[in-house]
Amino acid sequence: MSELATPPPTKASSGAPARTVRRRGVRRATSLFANGEPMVWLTGGALALAIAMIGGLLLLVISRGLPTFWPAQVLELETLDGQRVAGEVAAVDSYQPTPEVVNLLPEAARDAANAKLAQDDGWSTRRMLRSGNYELTGTHFRWVSDFEIAAQSRPEWIAVVERLEWGRFYGTPIAVEFDGERVSGDPAKVWEAFERAHGPAREVWSERRELETHEIGREAKAKDDARLAVREAELEHGAQSPQAARAAELALEVQRETDARMEVLTQRVDELRKRNEDRRVTLLTADGVEHSLALEQIVRAYPANRLGLTEKLGVYGSRVAEFIFGEPRESNSEGGVFPAIFGTVLMTLIMAILVVPFGVLAALYLREYARPGPIVSAVRIAINNLAGVPSIVFGVFGLGFFCYIVGANIDELLFAAKLPTPTYGKGGLIWASLTLALLTLPVVIVPTEEALAAVPRSMREGSYACGATKWQTIWRIVLPRAMPGIMTGMILALARGAGEVAPLMLVGASKLAAELPLDGTFPYLHPERSFMHLGFHIYDLGFQSQNSEAAKPLVYTTTLLLIALVVVLNLIAIGVRARLRRRFQGAQL
Amino acid sequence: MIADRTPQAHEHDVLVPAPARRLPQPPMQHPQPERAHPQRPTKVFDAIARNEPHVTETHEGIAAEEAVLEIERFNLHYGAMHALHDVSMRVPRGKVTALIGPSGCGKSTLLRSVNRMNDLIDSVRIGGEMRLNGDPIYAPGVDVIELRKRIGMVFQKPNPFPMSIFENVVYSLRIDGEGDRRALAQACEESLRAAGLWEEVKDRLQDSALRLSGGQQQRLCIARAIAAEPEVLLLDEPCSALDPIATGRIEDLIEELKGAYSILMVTHNMQQASRTSDFTAFMYLGRLIEYGPTDDIFLQPHLRETEDYVTGRFG
Repeated sequence: MSELATPPPTKASSGAPARTVRRRGVRRATSLFANGEPMVWLTGGALALAIAMIGGLLLLVISRGLPTFWPAQVLELETLDGQRVAGEVAAVDSYQPTPEVVNLLPEAARDAANAKLAQDDGWSTRRMLRSGNYELTGTHFRWVSDFEIAAQSRPEWIAVVERLEWGRFYGTPIAVEFDGERVSGDPAKVWEAFERAHGPAREVWSERRELETHEIGREAKAKDDARLAVREAELEHGAQSPQAARAAELALEVQRETDARMEVLTQRVDELRKRNEDRRVTLLTADGVEHSLALEQIVRAYPANRLGLTEKLGVYGSRVAEFIFGEPRESNSEGGVFPAIFGTVLMTLIMAILVVPFGVLAALYLREYARPGPIVSAVRIAINNLAGVPSIVFGVFGLGFFCYIVGANIDELLFAAKLPTPTYGKGGLIWASLTLALLTLPVVIVPTEEALAAVPRSMREGSYACGATKWQTIWRIVLPRAMPGIMTGMILALARGAGEVAPLMLVGASKLAAELPLDGTFPYLHPERSFMHLGFHIYDLGFQSQNSEAAKPLVYTTTLLLIALVVVLNLIAIGVRARLRRRFQGAQL
Repeated sequence: MIADRTPQAHEHDVLVPAPARRLPQPPMQHPQPERAHPQRPTKVFDAIARNEPHVTETHEGIAAEEAVLEIERFNLHYGAMHALHDVSMRVPRGKVTALIGPSGCGKSTLLRSVNRMNDLIDSVRIGGEMRLNGDPIYAPGVDVIELRKRIGMVFQKPNPFPMSIFENVVYSLRIDGEGDRRALAQACEESLRAAGLWEEVKDRLQDSALRLSGGQQQRLCIARAIAAEPEVLLLDEPCSALDPIATGRIEDLIEELKGAYSILMVTHNMQQASRTSDFTAFMYLGRLIEYGPTDDIFLQPHLRETEDYVTGRFG
């Protein structure tokens, strides 16, 4: 036993007991780690932090995004200098006003204001009112500090009016004119008359807009096509050729026909415009100005302070519906984002259709056919590195290669008549999808390759033993078995692609696209058109909007929508993957 | 960073078949039998240890049988390693032939050479010849795919494909392009009946084959192997991953298939070899030591070494 006490002896004399002692000592020193508790806390803490950050982000987006459309009450404030302003509270803030701020008030009011300030140790709350009435006041918002308020009230009949142009209007309706009839006086009667008149006026407006955008657009396109045919004939056969002459003749005929039809259409449009001309509502603003608005210009109006919960829900629902299904107006800070939703979904789907087969084929070659070696390893590292290239670089590449080289060549070959106006030689849906497909290629290849590697060798051997060729084995055994992994790659690519913005700015996303890339005119899908994208829309709202205060809440709402869209796309893919997994992997795995 | 390293390395591991890896030392350093039983003569093993050629002790009973598969002086190298030495044997038609021997003796390698599964490994070199019903297996210009269609194979672990039971059974017909629904259904039923699985699965042919139990999966693999009417059926330790009851059923099945099919089977289980096979070949360190009718091999082997092995004195 004396051996135990001595320090570890040499190898030759060390017996079992000495080794036991040393091992026990080691265990004592690491016992904290050995029992695992700190590791549980460490790993759990890391996960909790990650969840907290993601949850916080989501909470912020949801808490700011959801109330955007809720109809707030309208507050009317009278300031100490006698001005009156009405609007919805958009933001609240605390600050320490300097004496200069107080000195802006009329002299008589300064003492009262200073007294109020002194009461609160020099601090004051200020509220930002969305006061609207831009054409009268030149501003959409106004800050009002508490110390300058003389009186505040919530007028019963004051209405919030959302218009096609000029932003919101706040005022009490005092008169409605409709087809020569005029209702004024009793606010309840006036409001009733407004509600009766508003619908028909809007219907007339929709009809007129339909004529203006679609019917007249179609005639213009017919004329344009004829002109292009002339140009084409000239390019092909020479300007003096009989073909060109015939095309010119045809074009003249088409022009005559379209002009005749245009005449009819214009008349009809004028008629509709005239019918709505004297359908108006007159409102009295808080500072006593009477202002008359055309009924057809009013999207929505409601007496904010009279609404019950159901009516508020109605306004909320109608705004949400307009947001999702409507078109943007007021340089995107009002109205809907339907074109952006549509553009995002369509671009993401086209990207997936392009990238998944391409990525799967590349992964198949790398994993199944290529002989492992330094070249394959180098290719694999290159693919992994591709995922680390800044996305704007892909955008620059897409612009330089797809738009300016490929697109320009397509234009020269197929759309020479339209030059110098580019058709494909500019940003467009197809180029954006291709650029993003390139960007998400590694995201597809890496999981696919792993899924292929995970197919048990015994299955391949079984297939070869049945007399299957390599390709038959890949097609019938390996690919189905790897399908869930391929779907994982696709899900990652969808999420990555749908959320990417930077490259899109260069290769096709636009602030406002006049036409959807998918419509009723042949060939239905127009891959050359530029499109709207939710991610780009968020950037545009947040940083490019002229009325940025009004756009701010929409940034959150649009973000929420984009997240929801990505989640929906992913859920669909995950559902498909779960089905595949059940089918191809069964109990075994 | 490079996540695909591990799978690749793993796959490469699997590429080298188990027997090859279990032959680590050259025969010179492999004298356990001698040490374990110094009193018994081990002339043959000593000769092998000296790397002298061994002439297989082939019993007379085999010469009378008609051969479905002939193996002649077959040699196989994994890279630098000589895994099969001059193996010559005739596998009789309509009978069950068992390959026995300690781990790493080359049984599975020999079996996988018959349908050229070893072609999938780059480092393999071949010498000698095999003939299936007179047709050379290793001659240049042989279509491996066509060859494999004439040979059925069942593996150690059940390996049903990730598809329905029906599609599993008719797989070899499908890859031949057979599209006639009725012909496929008929082949499926016949094969499943022959594999004794029809009654259990006839109502769920469209279910995933992966939901079957281990024993059912192995019988499905047998059904798949016989669906193409193979000329010879290779079984590579078909029961090693199964429980005793499932093993019993597979053995019964082999008994039933006898006559209709020529079976070449690798087994580790001496009782299984003695119960199910008509002929037995004993292999050791890549040589075929003794080959004869099963009763003779187990009851009156010509060589001491064979007797030691079948009675469990070593191995």
